[in-house]
Amino acid sequence: MTMKVEEKIALNAIKNDKKSHILFDQSICAGCKERMCIAVCPAHLYSLNEETGEMVVEYAGCLECGTCVIACIYGSITWDYPGGEYGVQYRYG
Amino acid sequence: MDKIDAIVVGGGLAGLSAAYRLADAGKQVILLERGDAPGSKNVTGGRIYTGPVRKYLPEIIDSAPFERHVVKEMITVLDEKGGFQFEYGSEKWKSEPYMSYTVLRAKFDSWFADQAAQKGAFIIPKKKVDELLWEDGRVAGIRSGEEEIGAHIVIAADGALSFLAQKAGLRPPHKPESFAVAMKEVYQLDEKTIEDRFGLGPGEGAAGLFMGSITRGMFGGGFLYTNRDTLSLGLVVGIDALGKQGGAIAAPDLMEEFNGRPEVRRWIRGGELKEYSAHLISEAGIGAVPKLYTGGMLVAGDAAGFALNLGLTVRGMEFAIATGVMAADTAVEALEQNDLSEGCLSGYEKKLRESFVLPDMETFRHSRDVLDRQRFFTVYPKFICELFDELFTVGDGPKKGLYRTAKAVAKKYVLNMETVKDLMAARKV
Repeated sequence: MTMKVEEKIALNAIKNDKKSHILFDQSICAGCKERMCIAVCPAHLYSLNEETGEMVVEYAGCLECGTCVIACIYGSITWDYPGGEYGVQYRYG
Repeated sequence: MDKIDAIVVGGGLAGLSAAYRLADAGKQVILLERGDAPGSKNVTGGRIYTGPVRKYLPEIIDSAPFERHVVKEMITVLDEKGGFQFEYGSEKWKSEPYMSYTVLRAKFDSWFADQAAQKGAFIIPKKKVDELLWEDGRVAGIRSGEEEIGAHIVIAADGALSFLAQKAGLRPPHKPESFAVAMKEVYQLDEKTIEDRFGLGPGEGAAGLFMGSITRGMFGGGFLYTNRDTLSLGLVVGIDALGKQGGAIAAPDLMEEFNGRPEVRRWIRGGELKEYSAHLISEAGIGAVPKLYTGGMLVAGDAAGFALNLGLTVRGMEFAIATGVMAADTAVEALEQNDLSEGCLSGYEKKLRESFVLPDMETFRHSRDVLDRQRFFTVYPKFICELFDELFTVGDGPKKGLYRTAKAVAKKYVLNMETVKDLMAARKV
């Protein structure tokens, strides 16, 4: 009965921008042990690329809550709202 | 630069209330909303209490497309294996004026925007505001992409993250301990099924709270609201707590654990999931309210940290509406006196002090400190569940007396110094 979070996000109306509204400073991420962004994101968009050692974000599924930018106490995440016309459009809210 | 009277940034309840009121007073007002329409970026739990806000916008509150009026409160206390559920309903909640309604924001906010437009406000969607414009040390308008719009006053109603309040130097960066994240699912079910399942009459609604092991000891809890033909189910958890548990569980998995509990399943079964959303909730009370004004600018609603979590009641929308109206009233006065200085705009804080807004935030200054005591999410739910488990269980041996059973469970969990400390702390709310 459980549903994967990707399946849940796929139910939302989202218009994807070509460029990401979420940016990292990988040099800060490299020194981060907690990686709180991974645990706190309700859409589970953050992951560590084991091969490159870099943080990755699947920005297109963003629910635009801003939890990650608050959780990242090291200030690595630069987060802005997607441009007008883009991003999630809630039909219920 | 040419200037219009007022720019409102953000088409949530604070922004819409401000734009409606400014237009109603005959001022030129533009509301900029980054979504496709006001409401399309907005999320509530949610329920709105009408009592505190009816006097500010009676024509809005009394004709708004709310979902159901709440006549029943349900509380479920859970441990890992069971749940103790109780409900309170009152006949007085069944007669008008109704105390509270369940709400879906996409519908409510876009309707509200139409009302503001009819009063003469210009509602411009799909416009993200990037920067504030400054003139002689005062806010003098906004920039959106390449476009600059000058205004005598800017009302920042740009939501819990409020980049504008930060850019204006009114607040420091947000801290994880001041916020919780809410995850919410909307399930579709037909009206009749909702009414039968929850024991409701036509148009009546129920509100449910869940607490205990569902947040694994972290600050937070669950909610459930009946809408007209959907259910809103959600889980709220403190961001610092979630971040500090070393990745033991990710937020979306916590939500799945929650909606998989039989105590939750019974309500949503057969429902079709239609939407998954998330939103920040300011949990720091008055401690995190920033400076509310500077020359040429006022801050309202979530952007100003106005939300109040008392455990049993969680309020945000009333603060948004009231502060939006009072920001507009302050702006109207300032425009009429042709004085948009910080000194003149300080009248906003005075208005908030004379209303329910700042007094409520002040009275419950310590509510987060009290609610943040971990035992409220671990020991007490466990105590309640185990107490009833012991009282109801009949095993193969002789059953102990009820009093002795209760005393033994109480001794295990709550008859100790820690409980006394929690009770002492609880006197503050």
